[in-house]
Amino acid sequence: MLDLTPKEIMEKRHITINPCKTCEPVGAMFCALGVESCMPHSHGSQGCCSYHRTVLSRHFKEPAMAASSSFTEGSSVFGGRSNLTTAVKNIFDIYNPDIIAVHTTCLSETIGDDVGNYIMDLEIPENKTVLYASTPSYEGSHIQGFSNMMIGFMKYMTEKTSEKSEKTAIFPGWVNPGDDRELKRIADLMGINYLFFPDHEGILEMPMSGKFKYFPKGVGTPAKDIKALGTAQKLIAMGQIASYEPAEYLDKQHKVPFTLIPMPIGVELTDKYVMSLREISKQEVPATLEDERGRLVDLMLDSHAYTYNKTAAIYGDPDIVFSFTSLCIEMGIVPKYVITGTPKEEFVKQVKKLFEEHGLDPEKSVIKADTDLFYLHQLIKNESVDILIGSSYGKQIAKAEGIPLVRMGFPVLDRYGNTIQPTVGYAGAIRYVEKITNALMDNIDATASDEDFELVM
Amino acid sequence: MNERDNLLEKYSSRVFKNRKSHITQLELKDETDSITANTRAIPGIVTARGCCYAGCKGVVVGPMKDAVTITHGPIGCAFYSWGTRRNKAKSSYEGEQNFVPYSFCTDMRPTDIVFGGEKKLEEGIDEVMQLFNPKCIFICSTCPIGLIGDDVQAVARRVEKKYGIKAIGFSCEGYKGVSQSAGHHIANNGLMRQIIGTGDRKPKEKYSVNILGEYNIGGDGWEQERILKKIGYEVVSVFTGDGSYDTMKNAHLADLNLVMCHRSINYVAQMMKTKYGIDWLKVNFIGIGATCKSLRMMAEYFDDPELTARTEEVIAEELDAISDDIEYYKSMLKGKTAGIFVGGSRSHHYQSLLRDFGIETIIAGYEFAHRDDYEGRDVIPLIKPDADSKNIEEITVTPDEELYTEKYTEEEIEQLKAKGVELDTYNGMIPDMKKGYVVVDDYNMFETDELIKSMKPDIFFSGIKDKYAIQKAGVVSRQLHSYDYSGPYAGFNGAVIFGRDVTMSIYTNAWALTTPPWKTAPLLGGRIGGGN
Repeated sequence: MLDLTPKEIMEKRHITINPCKTCEPVGAMFCALGVESCMPHSHGSQGCCSYHRTVLSRHFKEPAMAASSSFTEGSSVFGGRSNLTTAVKNIFDIYNPDIIAVHTTCLSETIGDDVGNYIMDLEIPENKTVLYASTPSYEGSHIQGFSNMMIGFMKYMTEKTSEKSEKTAIFPGWVNPGDDRELKRIADLMGINYLFFPDHEGILEMPMSGKFKYFPKGVGTPAKDIKALGTAQKLIAMGQIASYEPAEYLDKQHKVPFTLIPMPIGVELTDKYVMSLREISKQEVPATLEDERGRLVDLMLDSHAYTYNKTAAIYGDPDIVFSFTSLCIEMGIVPKYVITGTPKEEFVKQVKKLFEEHGLDPEKSVIKADTDLFYLHQLIKNESVDILIGSSYGKQIAKAEGIPLVRMGFPVLDRYGNTIQPTVGYAGAIRYVEKITNALMDNIDATASDEDFELVM
Repeated sequence: MNERDNLLEKYSSRVFKNRKSHITQLELKDETDSITANTRAIPGIVTARGCCYAGCKGVVVGPMKDAVTITHGPIGCAFYSWGTRRNKAKSSYEGEQNFVPYSFCTDMRPTDIVFGGEKKLEEGIDEVMQLFNPKCIFICSTCPIGLIGDDVQAVARRVEKKYGIKAIGFSCEGYKGVSQSAGHHIANNGLMRQIIGTGDRKPKEKYSVNILGEYNIGGDGWEQERILKKIGYEVVSVFTGDGSYDTMKNAHLADLNLVMCHRSINYVAQMMKTKYGIDWLKVNFIGIGATCKSLRMMAEYFDDPELTARTEEVIAEELDAISDDIEYYKSMLKGKTAGIFVGGSRSHHYQSLLRDFGIETIIAGYEFAHRDDYEGRDVIPLIKPDADSKNIEEITVTPDEELYTEKYTEEEIEQLKAKGVELDTYNGMIPDMKKGYVVVDDYNMFETDELIKSMKPDIFFSGIKDKYAIQKAGVVSRQLHSYDYSGPYAGFNGAVIFGRDVTMSIYTNAWALTTPPWKTAPLLGGRIGGGN
């Protein structure tokens, strides 16, 4: 596996090999799928839409409905206005969502299609909404596309108001439906009345009922909640990269002050979430939640002998990599390589700061943004690690180098049930402490000689 | 009203006008069985189609293992086409480079879009040469490339000169044509122009073939090669599953071209016939009956009693080895009905395999086929080129002065055809289907949904984008692009695996658990007569 990858590291400046990111539009599509009765629409060639639906379906093991403007050579020369006009008509006629969320592609951006203008000229049926976000594939990564689409929704839908409600806005960042559920459960336990955006719970995990609905009612962020975001007294935004710009937008445009926290993975980062909620609700943390935390810490102590001073390579999207780095540190694991493909130098600063806060020397690890898995593999060839933590695309390296892999983040293409369970919260951490410890312990068993093989561990 | 009309009635008049000629319910007597294909998908309809890049990089050139395929553009296209198609490959000899597990991309940024990406591409290739020193590089363009005017062919020429390797630039921008099909054509042109015919390694065996349009999904190509080699054929090259630049160079020295996926590779088959006189035979190794028929047509073509005897011997041996399994699965599956919506060949090929198990295919459709894939090549002269198809280059080849040889005269070919040898021709899918069955071109989610409701197939074969929607509606759904990560399904051994997989999906225990008990049992248990 990957036999051609040389050990000697050569600095590449013009070619990306085995990427650790993808393009903006898929993030926009994913974001839009978390809104009730919303059809994401890809303004570009058919292939974009097809690829994005495919990767989302493979990750969630769920249908990912989305439409395309189906550009041809003609539309690429003359602009995509008529394609968009036709598409919007057909989507409302045939599939009938309440909202169409259009995102652009490298094609429509390169030719300079003015989608905002096209939308203004559309005949939109009553009570229906068409909105758009600019997501040029040659900028940022899928994470940026996700943020841009969130802002797109707010630009078009969030109403200007001076009235404030009791509600708290919560931006979960790029997470799985199992995480949405867990974040809301914790907020419920803390007595918070919230507007949660976006929300994939129940959409990208549709229960088996024998009936398929394109746009099931009562799941996803309802339009009224997006409209009311401006009334929120406070915003808790999770994911320092994915949610930063949407949080800033809501603050600037609608005067909703925000607390930006990392994705709540592990003890301390979940504590941050709980404390932020506590500050708002002024309610003590209920025993159920405190017990969960206690069980997590207990588990970490019970298992520390198998995790302490082990080394890990953590790769994937910036926010989740940051938070898994924190979880690893709590488990006594040394994050040796901390890598994202997303071109955000801010990520490097954040991770370095996290290291320093925990008395680790960032110079002893490789912390890098805007890089690829080929580079990670080369690093590992020079100095291996005990465990890989990241997306399914690391499985090639895992096999090539005989390193156990724990899957997390996006995309996980080769596991079932992953996305309906939490990664966040104390419950998510219990799940991952178990996974990581098991992977390390299985490796001990697999490589132990007969005389050293332990029944009780 | 029949199912087709019922479905079309639900469309607005605008969409109705377009879709009515893409959907037909077979009469098989009059002209109504004609279909419109290879035209633009309607924006917003949720087509299953992909793009030109997907057809060129993803389908045809990507599987060539010893070539570095560089996606020139922003990162997405390279990411999505990395390791996701199951075109299996392994090195054929020690030291042969296999780049299939890798993804290469120029990962263009805003400045490259503004100032052009040619320089980045060339410098990227320098880095690739330094790292791997491959003997062949393909450059596949994504949407922005044509728009900003990067000349990938010129870059390829400069690379060839600089490094003395083979380099081909494919202008397969996503917006070209109306589907993946345009990308197949562009890829075929490049391979024909620059690779086929550049080698001189002659086949060693008496009878040699190329397998065209076989992408080795789940190892299908390997099962075909196993059978062919057992009979004594030499497989010179495979286009392109587990294929290589190294073997494709010599493809023109084979005796016969076997065509699996007609849609994606017929251009090469046809051009090799014109340039080198090599006949092509439309085979189908999907299905037991179809595999036997294909092997017998090959024997008939070579017309050698020894080869014919060996062919029959191998068929008998193979059938004997699988017959118990096949009988068992047939007993589980007989009488079921199926729908198949796949790309451009499988919807036809798999009908043979399903028939082996007693399953009738009552709905079939293609994503990106042309009329000839539905109706047979006889309709080709009747197809009018439109603005989109005219944009895809047609290359003309002429007989090679040295290498052109004809095995049979035209008259002899006609005689062979009369004997049922499908030589230099393809009859399409529709003639193999029955009256009342529905055929759909460029199917979409709405039509899939509606036809499943009205025609109630027991199992539906499609792709990942439809799979879970179909399954949630309570219908068994299997992927025929990726085989749900199983396979091979080709040949004799593949048929058994297919039978096992279909049986598994139909009979899997969880189907019985969909309805919770409280949906059927009343909450209040009444007691007649009251009191005790």
